[in-house]
Amino acid sequence: MNDNQPVIQTENLTRKFGNLVAVDCLNLEIKRGEIFGLVGPDGAGKTTTIRMLAAIMDPTAGSASVAGFDTVKQAEDIKHRIGYMAQQFNLYGDLSVQENLDFFADIFSVRGRERKERIAQLLQFARLTEFTSRRAGHLSGGMKKKLALACSLIHRPEILYLDEPTTGVDPVSRREFWDILSDLHIEGVTILVSTPYMDEAERCSRVGLMYQGQLIVCDSPKQVKGLIEGDLIELRPVAKDRGVGLMRRAEASVTSLSGVLEVQTYGDLLHIFVDDAAQRTPQVRAALATQSIHATDLRQTHARMEEAFISLIRRHQERQVGEDKR
Amino acid sequence: MILRTLSLVRKEFLHIVRDPRTLFVMFMMPIIQLVLLGYAATTDIEHLRTAVADSDRSSASRELIDAYRASNYFDIAQYVESERQLEYLVDSGQVKAGLIIPAGYGETVATGEQAQIAFVIDGSDPSVANTVFAASQSVGQAQSMRIMERTTGIDPDDLPGVQVRPRVWYNPEMKSANFMIPGLMGMVLYFLTALFTSMSIVREREQGTIEQLIVTPIKPMELIIGKIVPYVFIAFISVLEVLAIGVFWFGVPIKGSLGLLLGLSALFLLTSLGIGIFISSIANTQQEAMLLTFLTMFPSIFLAGFFFPIEAMPEWLQVITYIVPLRYMLVVIRGIIVKGVGLEILRQQVLALTIFGVAIMLLAASRFRKKLE
Repeated sequence: MNDNQPVIQTENLTRKFGNLVAVDCLNLEIKRGEIFGLVGPDGAGKTTTIRMLAAIMDPTAGSASVAGFDTVKQAEDIKHRIGYMAQQFNLYGDLSVQENLDFFADIFSVRGRERKERIAQLLQFARLTEFTSRRAGHLSGGMKKKLALACSLIHRPEILYLDEPTTGVDPVSRREFWDILSDLHIEGVTILVSTPYMDEAERCSRVGLMYQGQLIVCDSPKQVKGLIEGDLIELRPVAKDRGVGLMRRAEASVTSLSGVLEVQTYGDLLHIFVDDAAQRTPQVRAALATQSIHATDLRQTHARMEEAFISLIRRHQERQVGEDKR
Repeated sequence: MILRTLSLVRKEFLHIVRDPRTLFVMFMMPIIQLVLLGYAATTDIEHLRTAVADSDRSSASRELIDAYRASNYFDIAQYVESERQLEYLVDSGQVKAGLIIPAGYGETVATGEQAQIAFVIDGSDPSVANTVFAASQSVGQAQSMRIMERTTGIDPDDLPGVQVRPRVWYNPEMKSANFMIPGLMGMVLYFLTALFTSMSIVREREQGTIEQLIVTPIKPMELIIGKIVPYVFIAFISVLEVLAIGVFWFGVPIKGSLGLLLGLSALFLLTSLGIGIFISSIANTQQEAMLLTFLTMFPSIFLAGFFFPIEAMPEWLQVITYIVPLRYMLVVIRGIIVKGVGLEILRQQVLALTIFGVAIMLLAASRFRKKLE
């Protein structure tokens, strides 16, 4: 297959559950060898999209092809080419690590020496070699995820789907997990991973932002960040100023200033997007001062994926409201 | 293909073995049901508590009372002074029957005239009352024969008229265990397999593991066979368990061929497993699966003639019983165990079970999809 040929391609892919449109006219292309991140808030339609691409759920409209096969009509041709790791733990908790791996090796007809080597390799890869006899249900959260990944890789799939693989996993395991994904990426496996974590989105070759079933943006992390207009000023209120309603007062005082494009609260930080940081910083400082907020720690910073996505979702919402009014 | 199925079977066995509670239920349920049905659900009437109001107190009245006692049907639990006292005992359920012998009974008998006695029966349970009714009459008749022989010196066998000599075939002692235990075998075959198959498939859905299975190249048939085989195995162990306890504990003889019995049980499993798979395609949780199985079980038990004879049902209900697969299986099991009949007698039932089994299995398998809803 040509390297430029998309390995996953969807055309107006749509899935409804009753009146709810979980995935709405999705058009997506993923090329061989990509590590594609699907990001978006809960309920955006990420899981439904992955399930349809894994050929275990039929779309209600539109179509998708994976490795050149239609996900509805040629579902079984797709299945030995893909590995799939669901969001929740879907292995057998009453079977041991080894038994789970053996079971999936049997199902995928991985036999003989190849099987032995593959399982040993995966166990090492997932750092589970010492836990082969432990029941899967008794593993820690991170180990469960790694076992699930190992099981989904047993047949050397060319495409790997991972639905929020690191949700509920400690930071160390998360890092390990992504190291494994990087190795797979280097091996040439095409990876589609959904994640709610923006730092993980940064590690993808391309990201798609899903919101309310729609793909709002789809580009490389660098390009996505570039979509944000203006400069970002970050306010970190000093300790003595912190109190009830502070962030709201601060937000209100700067939102209507000229040159301020957008204001986002981020924990106890305030992110102010302005057209020109050098010019607007003193004005922002002054506005905050009227609310007796000490803007000593006001600095220009780089927008990250997090800010980019919040900004993009907000713009999308505003556009929708505008359309509704018309 | 075969290896994949074998792997599924092995996995299913591991689930079963590692769930000791379910394992316990699987093997204890038939035993508990057997004990309950073998002992508690018996309709054999013996040693019924009986009160006697003997106002005659003659040697003749004592002889009559002894005749009742000797029949084994009645236990003379209490002697009372008056009919009123006897009424109280029946009302309060302390006795189920009462024998009232009026004063002058002995004299009347001695003079060669017909004497009258009263027999009170608690009719609140009709099946008990029926048996007691007949027993009270037959004991009385036998006693009058004896009296006649003594007073007239004529052997009753020499008298003209009709004498009925009933012969009870198959179950001459009319033990209900011989009727109930074969029936129970049918119920265990039906219920255990339908229940555990449906629950084990629904468990995969409940725990999400089905998602990981359908995303593999596994074939629906492999998945179904992998689910079925372990429960067929368990069903046969349970059946042998029921048969062993029936034969060795309750003394139920197996008159026909054990091989035929097991072979036709396998045929019947097609139906019960099919129902189990079908239920699993409707139910979303294990509780739902259990409820649905129970829902099919109760009509099956009653309409299959497990407790009550189909012949006694109103005609419209009898028509409905033809769509209850267990009905045919009970005829097969009772036929082989109690009557000792062979395949040539059971041809119709075998045909019906084959049709049901294949139809239900195909329907259930066709509903099985490798897709999430």
